[in-house]
Amino acid sequence: MDARTPHRCTPALRVAAIAACAALSCIAHAAAPAYATIPATGFTSVIETEASAKPVQVAAYALRVEPVTNAEFLAFVAAHPEWRRDRVPSVFADARYLAHWRAADALGEQASPAQPVTQVSWFAAQAYCESEHARLPSWIEWERAAAASATVADARGDPAWRRQLLDWYAKPSSAPLAVIGAAPNLYGVRDLHGLVWEWVDDQASMMVTSDSRDQNDPDRLKFCGSAALSLRDRDNYALLMRIALLSSLQAVDTTANLGFRCARASDTLVTP
Amino acid sequence: MKPMHDHAERDALPCLCCGSNVARCEGAPMPRLRSILRFVALCAMLFGLGFACARAGAGELPRDSTYHLAVPLVDQDGRAFAFADGRGRARIVSMFYTSCKYVCPLIIDTLLKTERELAPAGRERLDVLLVSLDPDNDTPDALKRIADKRHLDTSRWRLARTDAAHVRRLAAMLGIQYKQLENREFSHSSALVLLDADGRILARSDRLGEADPDFVAAASRALGDQASAKR
Repeated sequence: MDARTPHRCTPALRVAAIAACAALSCIAHAAAPAYATIPATGFTSVIETEASAKPVQVAAYALRVEPVTNAEFLAFVAAHPEWRRDRVPSVFADARYLAHWRAADALGEQASPAQPVTQVSWFAAQAYCESEHARLPSWIEWERAAAASATVADARGDPAWRRQLLDWYAKPSSAPLAVIGAAPNLYGVRDLHGLVWEWVDDQASMMVTSDSRDQNDPDRLKFCGSAALSLRDRDNYALLMRIALLSSLQAVDTTANLGFRCARASDTLVTP
Repeated sequence: MKPMHDHAERDALPCLCCGSNVARCEGAPMPRLRSILRFVALCAMLFGLGFACARAGAGELPRDSTYHLAVPLVDQDGRAFAFADGRGRARIVSMFYTSCKYVCPLIIDTLLKTERELAPAGRERLDVLLVSLDPDNDTPDALKRIADKRHLDTSRWRLARTDAAHVRRLAAMLGIQYKQLENREFSHSSALVLLDADGRILARSDRLGEADPDFVAAASRALGDQASAKR
């Protein structure tokens, strides 16, 4: 055995561990997922109901470049068996959680390693992100990153861009999911559109009315149709569909086209 | 612009590396490497053990118990406790915030009225937990002021706070919708949720200002069942 007594996690040891994994070609699986820095900006969400809504200041943050894949989620479940589909508490995920996998610990033919993981609940997505020292992005963080085309930070007003998004939403969802890796947007983030819906941290509160006179009128929450009509930017169908879907979900729900990616604080203060 | 987030990536690497690939790495041919990896595995195990300890008591819980959710709380007297510590007694849980002028006092009114409908013996076996939606402003002192002002029986009632991330999780678990508004107010739904001694949701009510008969009946049943189970 080594003379060194192993009771401290020294930085040198951490480096050694990284090197060891790399040497053993574990790196393909163990490599930390890439996060892209999204700079701070003023941003007006399509969710704002008033035409005169002022832009909200969105702080800089880091967003996962790609959605979490089946392979990554399988590794997470292996490391955290309490999130296996046969062990997860029913308060954290519904009965269809990971149901397309061949087994609780194997992907099988319906779930290829490079496809985004779907049929995961909000709680499961949160737990995964925590394992990556991250969290789910808030809606405005997601929307702000997803507004970027390959060349422009906010392409929402561009009719060609909108049509491109709608083409995806018009595709039947019965076709098998594509794998991750579409062209990156301005920030280097991939697959925000065209692949799956994605959980956001504040999905449950997206359609809560911001008018305090209606405070605590839960009936309003039940009519997302009428609330959607009061949204500011009615031409942005693609985003409105996403908002309608996300806000209709409970935190335990899973669907075949709903995945996620994680976000975390950016410790470099980037300003545009 | 630099798309990669180097610092955060470096920080995250060792944990992910060891957490998911220890078994594979253990077949390393070099003894020195192996001892390092064994140590790393040990680290990962100890870390996992610590995590398991933090969730202690969750072992025997039914799969539909809300007490699977780990929520660290601090009450009006500054005492730290966990959401799942309520296990063993029936409990009504709701969420509120202290600077709220209209709905939140009504939530407390409704809770008091609901309690009054219960037989005194049953009431003594019922706990009430109110968790703040506003961790930025609701310090234990702020919670204490409300408990004093409303003459709440703090042997059974706890007003508590947690951090913003756990507020969101608890609200999601309880089906309470809320949104922070610009003026430090919160728009929120006002569900009272009745939990059994194992943290399973027995009933919920959105009715405000008066006791909901169905909810009271469910609470009476829960407290009665509990009494007979004790005998």
